[in-house]
Amino acid sequence: MQKSLSIDPAKCTGCLQCELACSYDNEGVFNPSKSRIKVFNFHDQGRFVPYTCTQCDEAWCLHACPVDAISLDASTGAKIVSDQLCVGCKVCTIACPFGTINYNQSTGKVIKCDLCEGDPECAKACPTDAITFVDANWTGLEKMRAWAAKTDSSVQAGA
Amino acid sequence: MTYVVVGAGPSGVIAAESLRKSDPEGEIILIGDEPEPPYSRMAIPYFLVGNIEDHGTHLRKTKDHYEALGITYVQDRVSRVSPADHSLTLASGGTQSYSKLLIATGASPIKPPIEGLGLPGVHHCWTLEDARNIIELAHDGAHVVLVGAGFIGCIILESLVKRGVNLTVVEADDRMVPRMMNQKAGGMIKQWCLEKGVNVETSTRVTKLEKNAKGTLNVDLDNGTQLPAHLVVIAAGVKSNTDFLEGSGIEVKEGIVVDKYLKTSVEDVYAAGDCAQGPDIAGGWSVHAIQPTCADHGQIVGKNMAGIKTPYKGSLVMNVLDTVGLISVSYGAWEGKGDGVEVLDEKNYRYMRLEFEGDKLIGALSLGRTEHVGVLRGLIQTGVALGQWKDKLKEDPQLIMEAYVATKYV
Repeated sequence: MQKSLSIDPAKCTGCLQCELACSYDNEGVFNPSKSRIKVFNFHDQGRFVPYTCTQCDEAWCLHACPVDAISLDASTGAKIVSDQLCVGCKVCTIACPFGTINYNQSTGKVIKCDLCEGDPECAKACPTDAITFVDANWTGLEKMRAWAAKTDSSVQAGA
Repeated sequence: MTYVVVGAGPSGVIAAESLRKSDPEGEIILIGDEPEPPYSRMAIPYFLVGNIEDHGTHLRKTKDHYEALGITYVQDRVSRVSPADHSLTLASGGTQSYSKLLIATGASPIKPPIEGLGLPGVHHCWTLEDARNIIELAHDGAHVVLVGAGFIGCIILESLVKRGVNLTVVEADDRMVPRMMNQKAGGMIKQWCLEKGVNVETSTRVTKLEKNAKGTLNVDLDNGTQLPAHLVVIAAGVKSNTDFLEGSGIEVKEGIVVDKYLKTSVEDVYAAGDCAQGPDIAGGWSVHAIQPTCADHGQIVGKNMAGIKTPYKGSLVMNVLDTVGLISVSYGAWEGKGDGVEVLDEKNYRYMRLEFEGDKLIGALSLGRTEHVGVLRGLIQTGVALGQWKDKLKEDPQLIMEAYVATKYV
């Protein structure tokens, strides 16, 4: 059974452990600005919302890549960037309507969540279970999926 | 069923793959006219600086990719389309019949009316062959004049700077990337380039190119200046490749006119990518010669040709540019309809402008930002009602990701 990240903003306390774990594991630095998951802080409502790539079926980034540098990892379902093939053109960063693939100026490559080869550091680091790694059918993902479908301009079922 | 795809750029290749996915049985012939495996022009700037070799520009990296999918790749050029008998005339002499035809012939560089354009040392930067010619001449310290500071000119600009040439950019318009950036942002990009040691002449035209006694070129500008050049690169825009359709009955305006199924005015003939004038998400019909539109077109048209009726909701124009390290982004109706907001940090080269219609975002420009820029596409394309977030964005236009996350999850 393929698993997905499930995010429950109501449980997030804004501790940013996920951002630190992500940036450390993937970029070797404790630097939230290099994290592939980002916690948004809505002061006035007292809410925190962790957000990252949903590995959407539409895979806007993958289809927009002109040099075949983004591929589907069949074992995890993640869309992953090959640093060897990425030329740094950034087309994927404007094609992804979720804003979850970003250009890293220090490496000249793009970065996105790759589900840490099936063992996501953010979920392991989260002390409150706001981020969990669960079966892909988990209903908590429906909201994101619905949003992904709504955003899809390119394909409509039927005529 | 014989599907013929004319043009082996991203639209043609993605369409051929989409056809195979939708129709496992049909014969698929992909015709490209360049002596290379299908490749991406987007990768040329990185080829120019030696970051990648030929293989790095190829659209598909797996050996035998096309063979494995049962796609026959043919190097030839189509000189005529005869819809009445469903056949193509090939430049090599033969003919090719089709059941369904896709025209994905892309675009070609415009040749501006400048005397001496045919001289040695004058090149476009459009094909891999052009890039190889440029590499020959763009040596460290060479004098190079780049004619045109549009999107393509600016993308090559960075590569030329990295090659260590002595560069002058000449742009007829009053600012850099005039079709992607407004006065403010285009002016900031110019200022940035000047600081990086690039000479930029805006509101200036090249009037004449001629060979001098040293065997290099003299470039005459309409401001009276004459520049020496070992290399002149012409990047004065592109136009859809449709000339070969004359007399075919296929309707062409700005590009090949297609309906929402990407079908042309003629039965069994479709068009996609840079040569197609298709549905625009903002309404109407436009040629959006950009990679994301090419990719969308390719996917959709393959399904339609295979009989799976799939309407296209329309393309959104978008661009991202890296000008010697300054990253700029533009989306949609960035010229606005009178309800815009901007925030400017000129010293740090940061700028964001948002354009609204009612409580929807319709366009945006950004400079100096790499984080979450794609969400601008999501906000514009879905036409999400921003509600109270419109006011918040008017206070701080950089809060685009917060606005998106909030309208979905808070």
